[in-house]
Amino acid sequence: MDTSKVANSNTTTAATTQKPSKAAAVATWADERLGLATMAKKNLRKVFPDHWSFMLGEIALWSFVVLLLTGVFLTLWFTPSMGEVQYNGTYEQLRGIHMSEAFASTLRISFDVRGGLLMRQMHHWSAMLFIASMMIHLLRVFFTGAYRKPRELNWVIGSLLLLLGTLEGFTGYSLPDDLLSGTGVRAADGFIKASPVVGTYMSFFLFGGEFPGESIIPRLYTIHVLLIPGLLLALIAAHMLLLVYHKHTQWPGPGRTEKNVVGYPMLPVYAAKAGGFFFIVFGVTALLGALLTINPVWKYGPYDPSKVTAGSQPDWYMGWPDGALRIMPGIETHLWGYTISWNVMLPILVLPLLMFTILMLLPFLDAWITGDKREHHLLERPRNAPTRTALMVALMTMYGLFWIAGGNDIIAIKLHSSINQITYFLRGAVFIGPVIAFLITRRWCISLQRKDNETLLHGYETGIIMRSPEGGYSERHLPLPESRAYTLTARERDPALNGGPEGTDANGIPAPGEGRLAGLQRRVRTLWYADNVQKPTPEELAEGHHHADHEHELQEGQEGHAADGHQFDGHHLVEDENLRSH
Amino acid sequence: MSTPPVTDGHSHDEPVDEHLPARDDLYANPGLEEHHWRPTDVDPKAEKRAERQVAALFTLSAVCTILLLVSYFTIDADDTVGGLGAQNLVFGLCLAGALLGIGIGIIQWARKLMADVEIMEYRHPAASSEEDRAATIQALSDGLEESGIGRRPLVRNSLLGALGLLGLPAVVFLRDLGPTNAQVVANPPFPGSGLEHTVWTKGMRVVRDVVGSPIRPSDLEIGDLVNAEPEALFNGGEDGEPMEGVALQVAKSKGAVVVVRIEPDEITAPPGRENWSVDGILCYSKICTHVGCPISLYERTTHHLLCPCHQSTFDLADGARVVFGPAARPLPQLALAVDSEGYLVAQADFDEPVGPSYWERG
Repeated sequence: MDTSKVANSNTTTAATTQKPSKAAAVATWADERLGLATMAKKNLRKVFPDHWSFMLGEIALWSFVVLLLTGVFLTLWFTPSMGEVQYNGTYEQLRGIHMSEAFASTLRISFDVRGGLLMRQMHHWSAMLFIASMMIHLLRVFFTGAYRKPRELNWVIGSLLLLLGTLEGFTGYSLPDDLLSGTGVRAADGFIKASPVVGTYMSFFLFGGEFPGESIIPRLYTIHVLLIPGLLLALIAAHMLLLVYHKHTQWPGPGRTEKNVVGYPMLPVYAAKAGGFFFIVFGVTALLGALLTINPVWKYGPYDPSKVTAGSQPDWYMGWPDGALRIMPGIETHLWGYTISWNVMLPILVLPLLMFTILMLLPFLDAWITGDKREHHLLERPRNAPTRTALMVALMTMYGLFWIAGGNDIIAIKLHSSINQITYFLRGAVFIGPVIAFLITRRWCISLQRKDNETLLHGYETGIIMRSPEGGYSERHLPLPESRAYTLTARERDPALNGGPEGTDANGIPAPGEGRLAGLQRRVRTLWYADNVQKPTPEELAEGHHHADHEHELQEGQEGHAADGHQFDGHHLVEDENLRSH
Repeated sequence: MSTPPVTDGHSHDEPVDEHLPARDDLYANPGLEEHHWRPTDVDPKAEKRAERQVAALFTLSAVCTILLLVSYFTIDADDTVGGLGAQNLVFGLCLAGALLGIGIGIIQWARKLMADVEIMEYRHPAASSEEDRAATIQALSDGLEESGIGRRPLVRNSLLGALGLLGLPAVVFLRDLGPTNAQVVANPPFPGSGLEHTVWTKGMRVVRDVVGSPIRPSDLEIGDLVNAEPEALFNGGEDGEPMEGVALQVAKSKGAVVVVRIEPDEITAPPGRENWSVDGILCYSKICTHVGCPISLYERTTHHLLCPCHQSTFDLADGARVVFGPAARPLPQLALAVDSEGYLVAQADFDEPVGPSYWERG
């Protein structure tokens, strides 16, 4: 190769590039100061596997960016103050009414700032999108086992993001100081006061004295625009860094193993797809903001502690603790001159914390039960971990029932039923429903595992009905294509449960050792894997294929003898065929 | 970072990496699927078409942006389109078009025109290599050794103590976030301050919400429910002016009441409250004892009052007993009387704190 066209060199110094372009000059300038090339060389062509479900977390990421952009716009006009003013703006129905500056400036953003309403609605819509996509992303990660070693900490970070995102949502929709959100803040004051011992102090410190005071809006504002976004940003950065370090999980398939990652390089395809997707998320948010009204605070009016509207409900992601609060029986203990409000404390303070703790501990619980200390980079289909899948479906069912309880008044009105009956039903259903969901899901998964084995051993159903010379009918099965069969069997066997305290199973996983909890661990592990269907053994597979070959042999005689209709099975040329021609 | 010695296809005798699951493949790994060329890779016409599609999408975006800018200066705040605010609708649709044009265009570009060959990269174990780990532990212990933190417990412990103590001001300095309930009671910033008190006093008139007009017993028919306030809201400010600002909000948040008239035969007055009503007219706190929402959904045939927030239901004919829902206590009752001019007044402040429960409530 003639290198003289691109570089000059003599014998004593390194080659220098000829006539460096502007871009190259900038890159060189930056690299001489930042040393970017070393980091970039590994990452510019970093591989990201492709699957539609990997996009869910991306929706969350991009809606967070939309939140930052629209949020900054709103801060330029929003006045976080509870100072009382008389409204004299363009919205006629509220003229002359006394309200807080926060509410007045929200009206100003909605009616007088061009694009203000759009930004407000986009901000609210993207908040909902942010939380919803985080939840669905969480479900995807759990159902596919992507939270397993080495990604447990990223699961914990993700759970914290969901928790903080929820709090960020609450502090955000409380800021306009309208009647609906003020009612929510007042309920929150009730929750705080229900904390044992310190409740009253916390309430007075938070509100700067007695509810409602004049401090809560400015304080929520600081929390909403500074404190929580800062934490969210830091945690999102950590989440992404770990994602890059661990490399993304992938589905098993031809050429895709635990030891590699197959997909498109970051530059150009992944960067283009992800970057383009940001504009799509942003654009869809703009569509939502343009077409669907959200939180029309001017209809609710300013906050007034003596007023409330029927059908008061928080944003949907706050619905499930609110539902728990609604169906909790009114139990309160009065002891030695003190009050313990179980009716508020249990559903709204203890339950959410408990649920989040369980959520964060799930990877560690899984590792303890299974004793699995190996790294996992291949995703599992939900059906291949029946107990895990059933566990999450049970949690989802509980969440859903609590959420339904949060709308018990709306349901009663729409369905013309008794709110009392709905509430009594849900009091039982939140406990029984998850158990039923668990059992059904588990059996369902196991049936699907059976079906997979059936297909592997006996081939797939072709829909071709064969008639034997004796007059019997049978459906023809054909073996799976090899790549499909490889993908179906590219899963682990569950450890053989020998039940003994020592030794390891076939996969090298140590059996539960001696210890106080060893007995419990062994029992739970047995339940965890009980009834699961394993992929066929090589012997079973050989047997199955032998059987299929035999069947094929028997049917071979019929090959080429067209029976009515059989020739239209998609496996033959039919140009010259005629029905009933023989 | 060590790259595991791997080939694409796996065989059963491949050495097992301890950190990875053992493999027992039933089928040999067929290796990556064959790459299929797309129409845009092989057909120059298709390629040109895709190129034009992408460029058209980017152009659409630019057109939308220009429309967005034009509409910013031409659409008035009160213009409407089909009953919707024109500004919000047009701004939103133009912005969406501008963004989606770019987004869909880039993705179309990536899918149709950029190379679509999947590439493979090896993973590395998340853990560092043994050598790195040993070197780090060595460096760490060298550093700690040189600092002498292990050998000088006096230095270490006094530093830990000092650092720990520094956490206290971080908490203590938040003390002035607000006064405590006890301070508010001892030094009331407004009339009726503190959780145990409201703005109600002996002889204060019960007036209609919003308008502030006093109520005569004869104004109410059986079955009526009136949202009412203490008269102080309307004349308790400076020089008899209406209250305003925080004082008003605090007074309202505890002083709001409902006044109902029920057939006297149907009323079951709790012991000691026999003379708290006037001709079947009862007055209760409007603030729910659950978490403090104002209540006013009244069903006159059953005398039930329902809270719209969490559906606690109180029987107003029976001392506002909880008949349903999560609330644990009846609504506090305000003892009523009639003043010399014939208007409803309070006999005294509530005899218990209104609103949600709290630890010191007893």
